[in-house]
Amino acid sequence: MSTHKITVKINGGLEQVEVPSNMSLLSMLREKLALTGVKNGCAAGECGACTIMMNGEPVNSCMVLAVEADGAELVTVEGLTTEGKLDAIQEALIDKNAVQCGFCTPGILISANALLTRNPNPSETEIREALVGNLCRCTGYIRIIEAVKAAVEMHKEEA
Amino acid sequence: MNNAHPGLPEFDYIKPATLAEASQFLVQHENESRPFMGGTDIIVRMRDGFWKDKYLVEVKHLEGMTSIHFDPVKGLTIGAATSMNNVAAHPDIQRYYPLLAEAANSVASYQLRNRATVVGNICNASPAGDTTGASMVLGGVLSVHGAGGLRTEPLTTFFLGPGKTVLKPGDIVTAITFPIPPKGWAGKYIKLGRNALSDLSIVGVTVLGYPDAATKSGYRFHIVLASVAPVPFVAAAAEAVLAEKTISDDVLDAAAAAAMDGCKPIDDVRSSARYRKLMVRNLTRKALDEVWTKIK
Repeated sequence: MSTHKITVKINGGLEQVEVPSNMSLLSMLREKLALTGVKNGCAAGECGACTIMMNGEPVNSCMVLAVEADGAELVTVEGLTTEGKLDAIQEALIDKNAVQCGFCTPGILISANALLTRNPNPSETEIREALVGNLCRCTGYIRIIEAVKAAVEMHKEEA
Repeated sequence: MNNAHPGLPEFDYIKPATLAEASQFLVQHENESRPFMGGTDIIVRMRDGFWKDKYLVEVKHLEGMTSIHFDPVKGLTIGAATSMNNVAAHPDIQRYYPLLAEAANSVASYQLRNRATVVGNICNASPAGDTTGASMVLGGVLSVHGAGGLRTEPLTTFFLGPGKTVLKPGDIVTAITFPIPPKGWAGKYIKLGRNALSDLSIVGVTVLGYPDAATKSGYRFHIVLASVAPVPFVAAAAEAVLAEKTISDDVLDAAAAAAMDGCKPIDDVRSSARYRKLMVRNLTRKALDEVWTKIK
């Protein structure tokens, strides 16, 4: 089986990685780059725990081959924090107690962050639609939705 | 398989420089290779052991594969590897083909739609394909690059069975084109899933209607049903009722009943056949009502 040398920009830094053809981007991030904030839930594009940003848009990293990411710009949950300061959506999830077991949280953070980037003032329906691909088996979603609304308000106050 | 998360089986990822090279490779490796676009079906089926290809042939990077072009005379061309989100968000598609944007938006989740493609949805030939109905009622035609060069395949004759199409080894769908929609048209896609968003359809009903002087009723309807037959099901008997009889509530009822009587759903994990039939009648009626209200 062929392997490929690829270069990715990840959380601001450049990484060169050698990956086999059949390696998913999810496996590469966790196993080659130790970015274990990216979670392996279903590996079938259903649960969203592996959601990352790829070239400015959220994707399920289990549904992307690592080799396809050659030249791409990637952001994982580890990249949401700047100089130790948590992103507004991270703060909001803490404030609203929207984390229980925490397994879905990295994916939720990425999806919510992507939503607020493309739509800074989403309705509740838009928030629910944006998070439909991020399953949470603990919280019942109510607090997560509240947290996203709170992050919207935090962004408004900052602006 | 005991492992809940088996890795992907071994295969080689091939990135040809041209369409010709890609088609040639696919012909040379018949039955052990396939074109690779969004991967949202391929990766799952490979991992679960249903597909055992030795080669995945990348085609997303080839010329025109991710472009969208609208011409007010010729209509719409969508590159085959264009993501569903890019289809749903395109201003010309929202303005002139909102039914297609609506259908693309009904698939799975936002992050999956950044990878999934309308053409991939069609080529996988699932009877449940969410974008297939809209593509069919809007008169979609596939552009195909094969071993013998370029040709077109209308969707009306494209599907042969679940997962089976007229595509041959070496064929790569490069785009889907749509004519300008008929004057005064309206459309509706109703998807019934086990939950409100993101699920596969138990039943999908796509209706498009428009004034047409060539029919007795003065109107023509196209109706395609998802998840009720081995292929996307054209409800021809219902369409005939609506073309021939002056449209009234009773005629809309009769058309919905004809759609129910014509389809042949199965019992499966998502629903019983009986429930599907009843939902075909009710949802077809509902979709017809919405469309009729807009075009009459």
